[in-house]
Amino acid sequence: MKESFFQRKGVKTFLASLISIMIGMVAGIIVIIVVGLTNSTIADSTIWDGIRLVVMGVFSKGRDAVGNLTFGFNPAFFGNMLFRAMPLILTGLSVAVAYKTGLFNIGAPGQYLAGICATLFVALSIPTSSVAPWIVWTLAFLAGMLAGALWGCIPGLLKSLLNINEVIACIMTNWLAACLVTWAFDVSSLKNVIEGTKTGYIYKTAMIINDYELGGVVGVAGPELPEGATLLATRGNVATAKMGLDRLFAGSQVNGGILIAIVFAILLYVIMEKTTLGYQLKACGSNRHAAKYAGIHDKRNIVLSMGIAGAMAGAAGSLYGLSGNTEFFWATYQSLPAVGFTGIAVSLLAVNNPIGVIFSGVFMSFLNVNGLQLTNQTAYNENITDVIISVIVYLSAFSMLIRSLMEKKKEKPKTASSGEVKA
Amino acid sequence: MAFLIRQTLLYAVPLMIVALAGVFAERSGVINLALEGMMIFGAYIGVVCMNVMVSLGWFDAVKASGNMWSMQWYVLAAMAVSAMAGCLFSMLLAFAAISLKADQTIGGTALNMMAPALVLFLVRVTAKQNILQLSSGDSATWFMVKKAMWGFEKSYKLSVMGEAFLNKVYLTTYFCILLFVVMAVILYKTRFGLRLRSCGENPQASASLGIDVIRMRYIGVMISGALAGLGGCVFAISTANCSANGEVSGFGFLALAVMIFGNWKPLPIALGAILFGLFKCIAASYSTLDVNGDGYFALANLGLNANFYRMLPYLITLIVLAFTSRSSRAPKAEGIPYDPSMR
Repeated sequence: MKESFFQRKGVKTFLASLISIMIGMVAGIIVIIVVGLTNSTIADSTIWDGIRLVVMGVFSKGRDAVGNLTFGFNPAFFGNMLFRAMPLILTGLSVAVAYKTGLFNIGAPGQYLAGICATLFVALSIPTSSVAPWIVWTLAFLAGMLAGALWGCIPGLLKSLLNINEVIACIMTNWLAACLVTWAFDVSSLKNVIEGTKTGYIYKTAMIINDYELGGVVGVAGPELPEGATLLATRGNVATAKMGLDRLFAGSQVNGGILIAIVFAILLYVIMEKTTLGYQLKACGSNRHAAKYAGIHDKRNIVLSMGIAGAMAGAAGSLYGLSGNTEFFWATYQSLPAVGFTGIAVSLLAVNNPIGVIFSGVFMSFLNVNGLQLTNQTAYNENITDVIISVIVYLSAFSMLIRSLMEKKKEKPKTASSGEVKA
Repeated sequence: MAFLIRQTLLYAVPLMIVALAGVFAERSGVINLALEGMMIFGAYIGVVCMNVMVSLGWFDAVKASGNMWSMQWYVLAAMAVSAMAGCLFSMLLAFAAISLKADQTIGGTALNMMAPALVLFLVRVTAKQNILQLSSGDSATWFMVKKAMWGFEKSYKLSVMGEAFLNKVYLTTYFCILLFVVMAVILYKTRFGLRLRSCGENPQASASLGIDVIRMRYIGVMISGALAGLGGCVFAISTANCSANGEVSGFGFLALAVMIFGNWKPLPIALGAILFGLFKCIAASYSTLDVNGDGYFALANLGLNANFYRMLPYLITLIVLAFTSRSSRAPKAEGIPYDPSMR
């Protein structure tokens, strides 16, 4: 039987994702309308502005003289969209890799924190006055990935050796990471004391931090030393190269990190689809016992898969920290980074395909930028985008089921099969 | 000592009730990862409810009447509304997990993302800031039970136990303990409870005996949502000073840990909640904690970082899991959608 275009698996998957997005957007718009109509402080024109910004805020060019929204290509917002896509693509990859091995990696937030913590420690501790910044950058990035990988391995080990559910283990390790990171920064000397109003934050890696000595007392200062002080060492001044992207998207935060994320996505696609390792990982995901029977080390592969997943989430944190101008609020023990959870949405929307993750990551950050425009231009705020994202995740929980139902309707009714690989 | 007991109970009670919420869902066969989301939603609805009552002038009327006890009825009303809201919210999980046989973990994760986003969106639109607070007064003014309300003079010195259980406490604490006992009895000593639990162990066998598994699981998840919503409201009143900001400082996940720590059984869960509540209390106030009142700050002198105490609940849960995972009493059919043809 010849397949028509709409019956191809890839096309069908794409259409299912598109439908999820549409329903998510409609849900978001309904919330905007309902809130707008029930709230007397929000004018009807604001509701219309809100809807337009949620759908295409990236193209916003601010308000004109009479206060109407104008739209067009805005390089700064486009650049920021790519910048925000970088950690989302990487945490999305993290979830996707684990998913292929049959593991639900809800631990991306913890791995992300481990990554950003290790990276900031390395980047801000090695004096760039004696070591070249690019070497410090490389070391910091590797440290971040390694920390993420190790943190990811913990639930992997618990799963493979002790048969502890990885979801529970990941939730526990998330909060452990949040406490540990807070602890580590609490006792460190990396808290921003140069900028008086930023004491809750860690130094930005692009800052120039000078350790000086004045009358036997050691202190820290910015580029300008106090009078009579002798310079001991300079730290900081480490940031990801812009690679010309800042000229392409003037006024935005984008840097080479997005290219690294895309390279990782392609690399993972090749590993998963073209190598023995990838085949083994996927075999463990399809049926762990069958894989074991076929001579695949199921335990080793579970740990390996969580390790790779952790490395990706760690890289997300690492690259975010190394952007240079991003700030990290260190007392994070009460909350986990949202980007880790959004990674789940990114991966599910892309049906766990690494190449698809690039696009769904960009889409999620597109929503993020739209949300920021909503905050800046109207009485609404960016949290509506998280509502949309959560609706998309909710739908993806049973999208595979709906898809298989659609197939069953078209084909002849088979005997009720429950052999479907668990979603 | 009095402070320690009082504060520990304050933290332990929401944990206890929300962990029991988890038990109801999981015993019926549905994994409820969305406890955190349901708590957040319940907390928000509770605070909104309180604000409505403030704006109606009910609280001021109570204050004018002088009998602060009657305030507690309003607290109970807010808790009931929160429970209903949590119940409604949990229907989203129930529908996906039971009727559509969706992946329960992903469904729960979706709700955990939805609740804080929706709440924060609404809070920021209505309150014009990141937190929704009472428009007048606070928890301590309105809802706290103080010794004067029992008829003691201001100068009267209560014993340690009296100080711990009667002064500066919230009635919600005792209400929740009572509710916990009642719900635990329902789950373990009634026909309904037995049927609910059977659906989480072997739903096909239950169905063969005429139990409507789908209906039972819906009820399980809805009770779970109601208890979690109520727990969120209690959290907002007693530990968050009646405010909602789209988070419950991870209490929902901590409750999940308590549930696993307690091996899905009420008594160990109650003990686990008190233990974890103690850690929370120590982490929050270890530097000023003077257990026997002799001016010696034992824990502060121990020199451990607050983050160590914050980590302990999660660490202990992992260790307990490591030792018990082989003999875990987790419901056998949890997480598996009910399929009548699997009999």
